[in-house]
Amino acid sequence: MAETTVATKSVKFIITRQDTPDSKPYTEEFEIPYRANMNVISGLMEIQRNPKKSDGGSTAPVCWDSNCLEEVCGACSMVINGKPRQACSALVDKLEQPIRLEPMSTFPVVRDLVINRERMFGALKRVKAWIPIDGTYDLGPGPRMAETKRQWAYELSKCMTCGVCLEACPNVNDRNSFIGPAAISQVRLFNAHPTGDMNKEERLDALMTDGGIEGCGNSQNCVRACPKGIPLTTSIAAINKDTTKHLFKKWLGM
Amino acid sequence: MKGNSYFSRKLHSLLGIIPLGGFIVVHGLTNYQAFERGPEGFSNGVHFINSLPLIPLLEIFGIYLPLLFHGIYGLYVAYQSNTNTGRFKYGRNWAFTAQRVTGVITFVFVFWHVYQTRMQVYFGNITHEELGSTMNQIASSPTYFVLYVIGVLAAVFHFSNGLWAFLISWGITIGPKAQRISSYICMGVFVIVSALFILSLVAFRGDEFAEAASAALALTNIG
Ligand code: HEM
Ligand code: SF4
Ligand code: FES
Repeated sequence: MAETTVATKSVKFIITRQDTPDSKPYTEEFEIPYRANMNVISGLMEIQRNPKKSDGGSTAPVCWDSNCLEEVCGACSMVINGKPRQACSALVDKLEQPIRLEPMSTFPVVRDLVINRERMFGALKRVKAWIPIDGTYDLGPGPRMAETKRQWAYELSKCMTCGVCLEACPNVNDRNSFIGPAAISQVRLFNAHPTGDMNKEERLDALMTDGGIEGCGNSQNCVRACPKGIPLTTSIAAINKDTTKHLFKKWLGM
Repeated sequence: MKGNSYFSRKLHSLLGIIPLGGFIVVHGLTNYQAFERGPEGFSNGVHFINSLPLIPLLEIFGIYLPLLFHGIYGLYVAYQSNTNTGRFKYGRNWAFTAQRVTGVITFVFVFWHVYQTRMQVYFGNITHEELGSTMNQIASSPTYFVLYVIGVLAAVFHFSNGLWAFLISWGITIGPKAQRISSYICMGVFVIVSALFILSLVAFRGDEFAEAASAALALTNIG
């Protein structure tokens, strides 16, 4: 009996926990049986089934957020071994143990690994990241988008508002009102669309206010952290160009 | 900052290059005359600068006010940033932190340096012609020499890396390739401008600068 326990492979987790939004975080260690092809979410599910710490003491199950389980919804983002990424695509076989899980604390922590990403959706509203076509009559088809443009714009549309780029950015913190890289890239996406282009000034104006694009300090962590490989720094520089042009046009009254 | 920080940040960025960046390059070139042509070359350089028209206005609007705005707002920008080089060990992230650290060093260094040189002229303790020997005294002290080298390297790094960031902030370098090439150019700028300052600091240690003051005073008759 004792022999089999020793022989069974196990997975160690060190998890940063927090009971309420305002309480102090603390860590707990867990050791769960290994199964082939585990990812961090299936590890968390195992802890949920049997919420026992490595020292044998029982505890409340660890809370986390997840949805699609295929890296397209962004809900399960957390800091895994120091790097912000999605738990559902973090394979245990590829992680150094013990696996350290922390919430992305750039965002308000709701409980344990669950965070509130509302500011990202607020940012999308602020920059009007949509194309207004509603009206009282059929406006007919819009202008066509060139295929070459569609191809790079598609890359930008992969953003799942996961928040990893904000977690990686040294200028997103509570002393700074920077909107973060994701929304700036979305402005580029919607301004690239031939119909979206008709309202592009509104989106640029939104970025030319307090906490807008000026908050970028070019650390370029975002582009390396984005799980979708979105060219965030190219988007930021391109929008820097558009906002600069827009600034001069406004001054000259054009 | 009340109002729109977009404008203050844009102004901060612009002032970093025009006039401050321009100034640091001209300053480096003038000092380099000390290395290339000795005390006479240096005093000619000082003479040339002082013969520009409307010097007081140039100093106030071309240097003091831009420096105060960029410097003080820069401290605020630095305060607003986190350092996360422990978690994200990328070259560009190091440069981001270094931009802020060198900004703070430059702030302290520039005020100290201006106090030791230009302010002494205002106070009437020395004349423009005696600046060479003032610099000789400073550069001859090992402690001051090291502090000056640190200050100069910080300021020049801040300017060169700032130039790289400026090109992005104004949408001039957009794609990764353009930004990579500009980073090589800015590294080149860092090496060249640093060399100008360090060689002149070394030159100022020479004895000829100690004696030059009185000679220069006899030769030129300005100030
Ligand atoms: C006096 C103390 C100074 C402080 C505290 C300071 C601070 C800063 C800070 C924090 C930044 C980063 C802004 C960002 O990347 O978001 C910056 C940018 C910059 N600084 Fe300074 N700085 C100072 C002096 C200077 C001087 C003397 C020069 C010129 C030689 C200079 C040139 C620049 C340039 C070109 C930038 C880049 C602007 C941009 O991001 O577009 N700075 N400064
Ligand atoms: S840009 Fe990338 S890292 Fe940022 S929110 Fe979108 S998918 Fe996540
Ligand atoms: S659960 Fe949707 S990205 Fe992980």
